[in-house]
Amino acid sequence: MSYSPSQTAPFEAQTQWLFVAVLGVLIVASVIGGLLKWRVAHGQPHGVIDNLNSRIKAWWVMVLLVSLSFAFGKTGVILLFLFMSFAALREYVTLTYTRTADHLVLALMFYVALPLQYYLIWIEWYGLYSIFIPVHVFLIMPILASFGGDTNRFLERTAKMQWGLMICVFCLSHLPALLTLDIPGYEGRNLLLIAYLIMVVQGSDVLQYVWGKLIGKRKVAPTLSPSKTVGGLVGGIASATALGSALYWCTPFNPWQAALVSLGICLMGFLGGLVMSAIKRDRGVKDWGAMIEGHGGMLDRLDSVVFAAPMFFHVVRYWWTP
Amino acid sequence: MTTLKRLPGVVVGELIMFFARALTGVRPIWRGTLPRQTQRIYFGNHGSHGDFVLIWTTLPGPIRDITRPVAGQDYWLASALRRFIGRSVFNALLIDRQPKPGEPTPVDLMAESLSHGESLIIFPEGTRNTTDAPLLPFKSGLFHLGRRSPGVELVPLWIDNIRRVIPKGQWLPVPMVCSVTYGEPLSVGADEDKDTFLRRAEAAVLALRPAESIDA
Repeated sequence: MSYSPSQTAPFEAQTQWLFVAVLGVLIVASVIGGLLKWRVAHGQPHGVIDNLNSRIKAWWVMVLLVSLSFAFGKTGVILLFLFMSFAALREYVTLTYTRTADHLVLALMFYVALPLQYYLIWIEWYGLYSIFIPVHVFLIMPILASFGGDTNRFLERTAKMQWGLMICVFCLSHLPALLTLDIPGYEGRNLLLIAYLIMVVQGSDVLQYVWGKLIGKRKVAPTLSPSKTVGGLVGGIASATALGSALYWCTPFNPWQAALVSLGICLMGFLGGLVMSAIKRDRGVKDWGAMIEGHGGMLDRLDSVVFAAPMFFHVVRYWWTP
Repeated sequence: MTTLKRLPGVVVGELIMFFARALTGVRPIWRGTLPRQTQRIYFGNHGSHGDFVLIWTTLPGPIRDITRPVAGQDYWLASALRRFIGRSVFNALLIDRQPKPGEPTPVDLMAESLSHGESLIIFPEGTRNTTDAPLLPFKSGLFHLGRRSPGVELVPLWIDNIRRVIPKGQWLPVPMVCSVTYGEPLSVGADEDKDTFLRRAEAAVLALRPAESIDA
């Protein structure tokens, strides 16, 4: 990608608008959170309000981190997602049944597969980064595991570790991979695609939460996720799709295309959240970790992003690149 | 001069803690007590050489400064690097696990350290647990110490997951989230016998093990 002054001008203007808008939302949310604490909770400990406020605080940190990485361009973004993949994979592996014989496979996942996947994206080698984990690493993993000589629950262990790399590294790395797409007429602005995906997915999560609290009654999938309601789902996805459509000006899409793409993002995000909570139920835990106050772990925040990212990447790549 | 002499130990200590946090994201869970500067004996499960490091990393700085891990001198004096880490970084109380007749016993040395106002970290299993059992039977030192120093709080703790970070026979650590759960302090009852107390102490440690914990 080239960053000539004529091409960066719209990028900078649009980034500033987005930044101001996000900052505005955060300030409004913080003020509401503060008012609720003061008027409703009277400064006393209050489960829902305190959780809301620690979530808002965590959002400030996340927005600042993403903005900071954007300021460093491609390298900054790749390092940010490398770190997020690392933290997510660490949480995943912690809750996954492994045996001593898997040590070598685990080391390969963290010290080889993870950095190499991001390196391949950094050098923009699409042909390899799109198959590196699901083909090459997936074959090497059971080979290394078999060297350990422990056949106890062998297929289960291998499959679980493969699935961990898939969601925590492969899927998530499709966000920085958006930077490698050459979209005619959109040169130098690919960072906005990342911001767009994050805003629609996370907007959908937040709006589902808000609509669920306001009008949610019937549960969508009570055995998987007791907090997801029909009202929250419909209201959240409809309003997040509207948000995605309204943000079309920072994408290569026109408004109706942006609406369709956002709808796809929201649905994948919702379904991803369901799958990830099914895994948590299976393990008998409520959260993946305790890294981000109010949100649980890194994976609790990323569950919907990881499912939406590859879909979004391939939609853009198929229809918007030559 | 003394502060300058301590500098390498302090710097290496910070590096070790940074590395421990990066690898394990270790966090303390103060379940039965809060971090306090009162004199304490921290005792818990022992499965890895990383156990000291995690406890040490989760204790707040001022408490860490008065707390000494108790360790076998056969291991920690075996090379210059271990000597440096054991003495200058962790300020460990090194004990001879098989003292010759006439020399002070490990319990004597620990009681002496407690009389100077220090806190201790001990692993009552006596050695690293490499078996499938979550906990080996406790040795009697904890009981004798508790009797000799009745004013000292005995704080049980459970270190979770470090055995999976570096399993026995491996040298390359793999990232896993670890935690140290601190429980409610115990003391030896006035007419409590050794076995009853040790079973009670073992149960207190085991009760802190997280439900989602996976065996190494």
